[in-house]
Amino acid sequence: MKKEDVPQDMSALGKITKEVCYATDETGKYTTQLSDGWNVKITALDKAWEEIDARVKTAREQVLNGAASPLLFFMEKGLMDVKLLAEYTGFWQWQVKRHLKADIFKSLSEKKLQKYAEVFNVTVNDLQNMNFNDA
Amino acid sequence: MTLDFNHIQAAHCENGVTTSLLRHNGVQQITEPLAFGMGAGLFFVYIPFFKINNGPVIAFRSLPGLIFNRTCKALDIPVVRKKFYSKEAAEKFLNERLAEGHLVGCQVGVYYLPYFPKEYRFHFNAHNIIVFGTEDGNYLVSDPVMEGTNVLSPYELERVRFAKGALAPNGQLYYPKESRPVTDEQVKRGIISGIKKNVQNMLQLPGPLTGVNGISFTGKRIKKWRDKLGPKDAGLYLAQLVRMQEEIGTGGGGFRYIYGAFLQEAHAYTKRDELLDIAQTFTESGDLWRTAAVHAAGIYKGRLGSQEDFNTMGDYLLEVSEIEKRAFTALKNIKWQ
Repeated sequence: MKKEDVPQDMSALGKITKEVCYATDETGKYTTQLSDGWNVKITALDKAWEEIDARVKTAREQVLNGAASPLLFFMEKGLMDVKLLAEYTGFWQWQVKRHLKADIFKSLSEKKLQKYAEVFNVTVNDLQNMNFNDA
Repeated sequence: MTLDFNHIQAAHCENGVTTSLLRHNGVQQITEPLAFGMGAGLFFVYIPFFKINNGPVIAFRSLPGLIFNRTCKALDIPVVRKKFYSKEAAEKFLNERLAEGHLVGCQVGVYYLPYFPKEYRFHFNAHNIIVFGTEDGNYLVSDPVMEGTNVLSPYELERVRFAKGALAPNGQLYYPKESRPVTDEQVKRGIISGIKKNVQNMLQLPGPLTGVNGISFTGKRIKKWRDKLGPKDAGLYLAQLVRMQEEIGTGGGGFRYIYGAFLQEAHAYTKRDELLDIAQTFTESGDLWRTAAVHAAGIYKGRLGSQEDFNTMGDYLLEVSEIEKRAFTALKNIKWQ
């Protein structure tokens, strides 16, 4: 890739930092060039997030229907699965699976809820009401 | 307390950490391409039976930690590398090293990394940063993919050092044990051993999933993705391929360019003119990886999507495999004195 062909498409990262790219100058010698981002990468990332957003939406509906506890919503939103959530909270996987059930979640102790809240960077109250802190 | 330290921005995190740590410890010659090449960083592996983010694992570089270890080994520099069970012990050890004046490399997860944009915060645990001091009870951090330095609170640093999931860092930290200059002759020997190691990894590992064989294997698989997975999931798999290929920290096409830059720098130390031609072959390969990524984007954006389009995509990888086979075979055939 030639230095002048290094793409400069503004990405989410580009707003915070430019990326270093290696490219060749007019004599064919390698040098570095900063880039704002590349559309091909941006759309690949968008595609991944579209998929995640769809899963979060389904999870939210399940919680509202009473088919799952708010934990399912946060788990999808946090890009986690039962295994990873168990590792972060220190619960066993079978416990997390239980806590995903709406009625069991309602009876959880403050201490257990606090563990989940910390993993998702929210308060216990937010956890119970599906208020995700997007910051 | 701040150590005397110059932040260096790099294309790839582990290259950057290796470069900064070595330069700080007296290795004046080190650059990002040299660290990448001496560390034999170029690789390819396709792991269809292991999934990340609901897609196959495709990696374009060697396992995390290897670039630093190999580069230091090539230069006869002893390395300290340590993992921890206890968060308290991990923090104490870090503080003691900082007090002694060491810069410390840390493997971290990016999911809880506060200065990363949230779009990039996946559960990816093979990121590398340098801690270079403390200020008002917080840690000063040099992240090689960022233009400037950052500050992390003890809680924030502990959280990313103890991220969970695949390749969990377990508080892992590393640094060169001794500070000392190296001779150009040592650099030259490091370059040659790095090239030999990389030839081995790309041409000679057994099985169909790694190196140039892995690239052609993936190309053939891609042609079957549409029938096997349906157009939607096949598109998602391709988006995953592109993210693994081009994203910060794991760039694939970009790695070919860094390797080209390495061979040009290697020429200055070894005076082997064939390296310049081979460097061009890597440029050709990097360009083709990028062309393939543009084509893949056409598919996952929905502009393309016929079986013919998937065949073209697969053929790009077959061609890349041929080019890289040619390049590494040429490197293999160099008679080093």
